[in-house]
Formats: sequence, structure tokens, C-alpha cells
Amino acid sequence: MNDMRLTERAVTEKAKMSARGVQVHYGTNHALKDVDVDILDKTVTAFIGPSGCGKSTFLRCLNRMNDTVASARVTGKIEMDGQDIYDPRVDPVQLRAKVGMVFQKPNPFPKSIYDNVAYGPKIHGLTRTKAELDEVVESSLRKAALWNEVKDRLAAPGTGLSGGQQQRLCIARAVATSPEVLLMDEPCSALDPIATAQVEELIDELRAQFSVVIVTHSMQQAARVSQRTAFFHLGSLVEYGETGTIFTSPRDPRTESYITGRIG
Amino acid sequence: MSVGLISLLLLVLAALGFVVGRQRAVASVNGDARRLHSLPNYYGTGVALFTAVPAFLLMIVWLLVQPVVIETRVTEMILPEDIAGGSSRDLVMSDVRRIAEGVDVLAARGMAEGEIARLAVDVAALKTRLADAGVALASDINPHVAEAAAVYRADVATGRAWLAVATLALAVAGFLLAAMQVTPEFRARNVVERFIRILLIGASSVAVLTTIGIILSLVFESWHFFRLYPAKDFFLSLTWAPKFGGGSSLGIWPLLWGTLYVSAIALLVAVPVGLMAAIYLSEYASKRLRGIAKPALEILAGIPSIVYGLFALMTVGPFLRDWFAQPLGLGDSSSSVMTAGVVMGIMLIPYVSSLSDDIINAVPQALRDGSYGLGATQSETVKQVVFPAALPGIVGAILMAASRAIGETMIVVLGAGAAAKLSLNPFEAMTTVTVKIVSQLTGDTEFASPETLVAFALGLTLFVFTLGLNVLALYIVRKYREQYE
Repeated sequence: MNDMRLTERAVTEKAKMSARGVQVHYGTNHALKDVDVDILDKTVTAFIGPSGCGKSTFLRCLNRMNDTVASARVTGKIEMDGQDIYDPRVDPVQLRAKVGMVFQKPNPFPKSIYDNVAYGPKIHGLTRTKAELDEVVESSLRKAALWNEVKDRLAAPGTGLSGGQQQRLCIARAVATSPEVLLMDEPCSALDPIATAQVEELIDELRAQFSVVIVTHSMQQAARVSQRTAFFHLGSLVEYGETGTIFTSPRDPRTESYITGRIG
Repeated sequence: MSVGLISLLLLVLAALGFVVGRQRAVASVNGDARRLHSLPNYYGTGVALFTAVPAFLLMIVWLLVQPVVIETRVTEMILPEDIAGGSSRDLVMSDVRRIAEGVDVLAARGMAEGEIARLAVDVAALKTRLADAGVALASDINPHVAEAAAVYRADVATGRAWLAVATLALAVAGFLLAAMQVTPEFRARNVVERFIRILLIGASSVAVLTTIGIILSLVFESWHFFRLYPAKDFFLSLTWAPKFGGGSSLGIWPLLWGTLYVSAIALLVAVPVGLMAAIYLSEYASKRLRGIAKPALEILAGIPSIVYGLFALMTVGPFLRDWFAQPLGLGDSSSSVMTAGVVMGIMLIPYVSSLSDDIINAVPQALRDGSYGLGATQSETVKQVVFPAALPGIVGAILMAASRAIGETMIVVLGAGAAAKLSLNPFEAMTTVTVKIVSQLTGDTEFASPETLVAFALGLTLFVFTLGLNVLALYIVRKYREQYE
């Protein structure tokens, strides 16, 4: 663990989202048991744990993506800025505009690079003129560190980019709707080390504007990019706290076993 | 020996070959199959294939070639004076064949060969006996023709006998050759696989060669037509008025216009309805509903088009006439382009919806998730992400439906009538290319006048047309695929 470049840990203590007693069932399978987590504002939170431990499931609860899975049933309470997001008055579509998501595999739409980024602003009517939209597209692509590579071919299909570029395009697409929280489900698992380094750098920059929640299989990655880490195991949250603490002096023996590579 | 019996014998030999090949293989390693190069069954299959396949191929070739050879031989026997006025060599040859067949029937009823030989000389008796056997001949039998028939019959019999000898000999040779090769080192598995690959190549070339044959025959007959009728008139004239006495006007435009008009209406009905049904079924419907609705929709595809034709004739036609055409003052015919087009559109709905549904389902879920993750609603996702991604496939489905619409005949006959007309009024009776092909070729006609040969030119035009449509479909699909995948 000595090679880890631990990032600056100073964070605000204001909770952006808070989950209490969240349970998820897929049919008869109890996938997530009684999870309590506070996602802090302008902080990178990493979810780590072995495959099937429920970290992705919990991530998908935070923007109600589990609603699109017919067999999923979510109970418990998740609040965002004090508002229960599972309240019937909350429109999941609106919620997802505020809680953006980047997926494991880059999934650019079969459209031009420009249209990929403009998709969110267009459907939410965030811009009034073409010039404004151009500006949003450019600033989003800049934030995703992709602008210099694609500025001359905005009309080219997004699917023609390389894997790392595609993933950054997906991040730009999510950033364009100006979300308050950005969820990332193993965003680097399909990328090579160079593209991974670029995306990680990006995550650190995005933290200035909003909270980032990242699910990752790589403990080094969690240590590099996050300020808070949650360790999930067999559907339960085992330990949650400051990243440095989790990696250097975990309280729970299971966490210690996992980060030293004995379980997983 | 009949062809059926030979085939049966070949199959028995092949089965025997399988058993022998397998046993020889197992015996060659004293029952320890692990020391064989391949599984014992491969050795058996190898022997069986080498026994049956070459022999069957020989049989097929023989059966194709034999009639041609005999026909040429016998035709040479018929002298010019044997051909009566108004008749032709072909008609005399068909008499020869009928007499030979009649005599075969007599022989099958137990007539002795000696008596048949006597009949061949006594033509009057031959005629009465043939009439008993159910073969009625118009005129008296020319002795020369009777003789030709006897030769024909004898040649067929010899041919059959040699066929049996040759195929069975080839089968036995194949059997022995293959059985001798069975040793533990013999790579039976590879040989069998190579053999099967050659069979597969053969099967696919049959399809290609048939297509080429069909095109050639169309081109050849069309060329005949254009020697009798000027191509300029065919492609540029605006009237279709065939007269079998001569002086017809055979312009293709009224027919082509009818075809395009009916197909366009059919697609206007089928594409929106079919696509919306597909989107509902693949994106919105619950699993259970989809399980019921999709097969139900596909049942529509199983209804024969003649039944749709009846529906057009009895229900849709009168309905459109009474509620639309007459109140609007657009005509009082129940056969109309509209009737045929609407009914054809209904027929095409399942094609469009079923194919599109499969294509929409094949759009990766990741794209939908990506769109939902950005806060898009389901309909925004369908319109802006799923549909564009599925578009190349959907265009292909639509063009397939269009090809079917252009080739459809029965619905048009019953729904749109048979009057070739150039008109914009959709409530008027019109007709299509396919209907006219049928009507020009039905009845007792000879293929020598432009009125019948025009059918081939029409067929060729239609073929070129649908070929163009398919090429266009391929082009569109390719172009978009490059962009989307």
C-alpha cells in the first residue's frame, strides 16, 4: 500500500445524500441488507468489495435506476438535500437529471459526438439558443478532457472513438446536464492504464463541482481518487469512513482481509 | 429396375457400408477404440458416404441426360413427310411419347411382349388398344410414328437397365474402395468432414445456379419478345391493350403505375402500424402480453394471400365504395387500388412488426440505460436512441415488405381488378404487372406471339425492379451500419 498516492483528504462534512436502512430484493434474492451511508458534498466516495457484494446495486438505488428492473424492490430511506427520493411525488426522470450516471462499459449513443453531449441539455431544455448549446457541449467536453481530441470532428460518430475516449465522452454527456451527484459504475474496468489514469485525473477535477460516487474493483484506484470509502461484503455495508483510515487501519477484520487480498 | 428400387438398394448398401466400416475399424485395433484416429462411427459414415453419394449423383445426372439423348435419337427417325400439315415435329414427338406410355400401360396390364411387337405393325389395332388404355389419339397412327414409339420405348427400357447396372456398380466400387482404406491411421474424421463440406458447397451452388438459370430464361424469352415487338413502344407507350389477333399496344407504364400505386398504399398502411406495434411490443409491453401478442400478430403472416383477397373482395371493397368512394364522388367500383393497397398493407403488418421487433430488441440495453441515466423518459429514449440505432435493420425490413408488395398477385386480382389504367384516383380499378403476367399466360396459348411473350419482358422488368430495391436496401444498411457500430 506504500505506492499509493493518497490524495488530499480535506472534505466538507455536509451530506449531499443520505441512505438509511436501505434494503434491495431482486425477486427472492436479498441483494442489499440495511445499508446506511452519507454521501458528502464535493467529495469522491468509493464503493469497494468483492463481486456480487451489492455495491453496484446500492449505486443504482441512488438514482432509481433499479426502477427499470422489473423484479427489483427497494425499501428504506434515501434522501437528497433532505428530500426523500423514493417519495411518490419525486419524478425519477427529474432525479436522474440531477444524479448522473456513467456505466461500466462506455455506451455512447449511435449519434455524433456533438449530439451525444447535447442529448441531456436538449431533452431537459437547459439551453435556449444554438450558441448556448454549443457552449455547454464545449465546456462539458473540456471538463471531460476530451475537447482537444475531438474539437475538429464533432460531427463524427461517437462510436468511432477509442475506448478511453468513449468513456470520457460518456462522462462529458453526464456532466452536460449539470448534475449534483455523479455515479460511476466501474468506469475504468474496460479501459487501458493510460485511459484509466486520464479518467482518474478527471474524477479528481470533477470533485470541485459535485459529489462523485465510484464503484471500483481496484483498491489502488479507490485509494488514489477517493476521500471516503465504503466496503461492502455479501450485501452488507461492513465499514465506511475516511479512505486513509480504511486502508491503513481498518476496524473490521473483513475489511482488512479484503484490502490485503485474503478475501475477494 | 425402377428408380425407387435402385435408391432403396443404394440405401441398404450404404447402411451395410456403415456397419462394415465401423466393424473393420474396431477390429483393426482389436476392439480398443482409443487407438483409432477417429471415433468408430466416422469410419462407418465414411464408407456409407462413399457408397451412396457418388451413386446417387450418377443416378441424378443419368436421369437428366437420358431423355435428351433418346429424344434426339428418335427425333432423327421422323421424316419430314411424317409431319402432317398444320402439325410440327414437336407435336409428332409428343404423339410418340404418348404411344410409348400407352404401350407401357398395356404391358403393365399383362400384355405379352410378343403381342406388343405385333401391335407395333398393326396400327389400327394399336389405336383401339391404346384407347382402351386411356390414351386417345386424334388422328390415325402413322406406321413410321408407331415404329418410332417402339424404338423410344425400347431405348427407355435399355437406359433404365444400364442405369441400374452403372449406379449399383459405382456403389459397390465405392463401398469396397472405402472399406479397404479403413486402418487405425486413416483420418476418417477429416475425410468425412471434407466430404460434407463438398456436399454443402454443392447444395449452395444449386441455389445460385438455379437463380442464374431463371434469369437466363427470362432474358432469353424477353429477347424473343423484343424481336417481335419494339422495345421503345414497350417502355414508352402509355396504353396496355393486348389483342390476340395482332395490333396490340403493350406499354408497361399502366401496369408499373398500378404496381407502384398499390405498393405505396400498402406500405403507407403497413409501415406506421407495424413499426408502432413493434415499438410497443419490444419497449412497453409486459413480458406476458408480449408472449401472447407477438404470436397472435404473426398468425396474420400465416394466412394465405388468397384469403386476404377474399377479404378485400367481400368486405373492404364494398365498405370503401359505400363509405368513401361514393360519398366523395370518386367512383362506384368496389375493386380499387385503395382496396388492394389497404388489404395488402394489413397482410404486411406482421412482416414489418415482427422483423422490427427483433431488431429493436437487439439494441443493447446499455444504450437504454445510458439514456435513462441522463434523465430521459422512455419515449425520449425510444425516439432518440433506440430507434436510430435500429434504423438500418428497420429499413431492411421495410424494403423486404416492399418487395413482397410488388410481387403480390392474388390480392390485386380480387381487390383491384384487372383493368390497366393510368389514373391518380385511388378508388378506381387498376392492375399490376404480376396480374397481367398471369392473365397473358393463362389459357391455351402458344409462346410465339408478342401477347404471350410480353409476360417474360414484364417478369424481367419486375425482377430488375426488385433487384434494384434490394441493392438499395443493402446500400442503406451498409452505410448506416458503418456509422452506428
